[in-house]
Amino acid sequence: MTERVATTPGVFPLPDWAKDDLADLKGHQKHDLIDGTESEEIVDVYDQAREEVVARQQTAGLDRAVEGQLRWDDMLAHPLAVHDAVETRGIVRYYDNNNFYRDPVVTGDLTFDGDIAAELEAASELVEDDELQAVVPGPYSLSDLATDEHYGDEADFLDAVADFLAGEVEAFPEVETLFVLEPSLVENPPGEEADEDERASEAVDAVAGAVGSDTDVVVQTYWGALDEKVHAHLLDADFDALGYDFVSNSEDNLYNINEYGTKDSIAAGVVDGQNTLVEDPEKIAERADWLEENTPAAEFETMYLTPNTELFYLPYSTFEEKLAALGEATDIAEVKA
Amino acid sequence: MSQNRDQFRPPNHPNDHFLLTTVVGSYPKPKWVDRARDLHEDPEADFDDDAWQEAKDDASRLITDEHERAGLDVVVDGEMRRNEMVEYFAHRIEGYEFNGPVKVWGHNTFDKPSVVSDVEYDETWLVEEYEFTASVTDKPVKVPITGPYTLANWSFNEAYEDTEALAHDLADLVNEEVERLVDAGARYVQIDEPALATTPDDHAIVGDCLERIADGIPEDVRIGLHVCYGDYSRIYPEILDFPVDEFDLELANGDYEQLDVFKDPEFTADLALGVVDAHVAEVESVEQIKENIQKGLEVVPPEQLTVSPDCGLKLLPREVAYEKMANLVTAAREVEEELDAGEIDVERSAVTADD
Repeated sequence: MTERVATTPGVFPLPDWAKDDLADLKGHQKHDLIDGTESEEIVDVYDQAREEVVARQQTAGLDRAVEGQLRWDDMLAHPLAVHDAVETRGIVRYYDNNNFYRDPVVTGDLTFDGDIAAELEAASELVEDDELQAVVPGPYSLSDLATDEHYGDEADFLDAVADFLAGEVEAFPEVETLFVLEPSLVENPPGEEADEDERASEAVDAVAGAVGSDTDVVVQTYWGALDEKVHAHLLDADFDALGYDFVSNSEDNLYNINEYGTKDSIAAGVVDGQNTLVEDPEKIAERADWLEENTPAAEFETMYLTPNTELFYLPYSTFEEKLAALGEATDIAEVKA
Repeated sequence: MSQNRDQFRPPNHPNDHFLLTTVVGSYPKPKWVDRARDLHEDPEADFDDDAWQEAKDDASRLITDEHERAGLDVVVDGEMRRNEMVEYFAHRIEGYEFNGPVKVWGHNTFDKPSVVSDVEYDETWLVEEYEFTASVTDKPVKVPITGPYTLANWSFNEAYEDTEALAHDLADLVNEEVERLVDAGARYVQIDEPALATTPDDHAIVGDCLERIADGIPEDVRIGLHVCYGDYSRIYPEILDFPVDEFDLELANGDYEQLDVFKDPEFTADLALGVVDAHVAEVESVEQIKENIQKGLEVVPPEQLTVSPDCGLKLLPREVAYEKMANLVTAAREVEEELDAGEIDVERSAVTADD
């Protein structure tokens, strides 16, 4: 019997009051964004906003709670944007979206930072023991979003980013689940030349291996489906569930699963993280049924039901409705079972 | 080349050659306009609708005059009445709803609207803006309108099968608005499609939308298309089939690296060339701008060349925006003189009507 777990890939929108307060406190310009040395006043706003989004996930009945990544002004590039060995330069486009982040240019050794661990420590006081979920950018995506002016070689840079992320993850408090977000594996896939796809898989493996044995690791891919070869190589890495985006492309994702198999567990992106149309909980549950029916060879231990993407694209009120629908969807499944 | 260009040549134009000078549209708002907006939105402040209307009229008059003083041949009011390029229109179109601000970057947000039912034309969008601007200047006035593809792509789509279907319906509404603007006297309309820079493969959708927009619009109405910085090789030469007179392109920002894209095949429409950078607060010298204008003459003959900034100037300090416009006009007039004197070799001759 597959256990259904309702959760999200994090990177939430700020509550509207916090958007206003922080814009006033921080400003609107490039140099006003988070660099890891924010004032007490700003920290207070983030603390309060974090409490609010954690409570929101609990009220919605999600099975995991993320910290919210509300400080991640630069979205998935955040862990580098706050690092001492990184200079943030021009504003660049965030994938194919009308969103932008500061180009993090790595100019020195990527040593341990601890920024994400500190956020998780703060969140761990707000949740039950088996509830906390960490979120990190995948090493392939983070290196893809950044510019390297230090390591010089693409392979070395990817290794350095993976080692850096592994070090950050090792410092985490105990978490039930770790989501590793890898949109670049779809959006800007590694090529076959120079074994890029193998190296991407090894980098994911290094980060996934940094958590304790009790933590389940989910690698979430989105904005389409992985190339067949990238998918096959990624499965060589040691983690628990691969995440697929069934909002943007169910056909190719289903093909990958049925043709090449997948991990023992699966994450199904079945709620649209980029549209305000709120899914009906029944429909979300039916999507999960559909996935089980259409993957006859697989018997999943756990099916994580999630939005396909991060959620900061949505207005806060819609974000709240989406969480509620997701929480209800797993209740429906449990009642039926 | 377009046949409707001569109507914008000023009667007292000093040179034989004529390079049409204009701007893309948006302009920095005077700080008091933002303060007036805040007051109007504050229920406790004594600042009613009439006061806010007066503030907008004053701003429009002021900035139109600023464009005129810079010497531009065709002016805009700097979009003083518009808050944001999608929101402004979505508030006036039936079928849109607002759920709150979303992040663009850092703490810069916009009220990204959701399309929740079929879009329908309700009140006019820009007729009041046009009529007011035209009443405070003797210069021809250009009307920039956010294009249907961008209105569709930068909204949440809850109601339509896909972006294309929504964009088509929105294009019909833009067509209706352009008809009303033409009835009010407008002769120069610019469709802004910045979203095409992000998703260039959708150029066919933009083309279909423009067919709908241009449908029934008289030939003497000049229609331009503004596309921001992107990989132009992915939309050229396909865009030449679009039913528009003029393409307004951002090329100064990329130091004209993409100029060659437009040389083969031959650029058959009019080219509105960006000759000053809208993202750099340094004012280009007249000499520098003259060199940039001559880049345009590598692509089209003078009869097909419009000279304008790369993009809307609204993010620049106001005095910088003004200096850029003034230098742009000086540079254009000097290039015209040099063309008259035969001091500049023109690589391309005008496209004849037989082509």
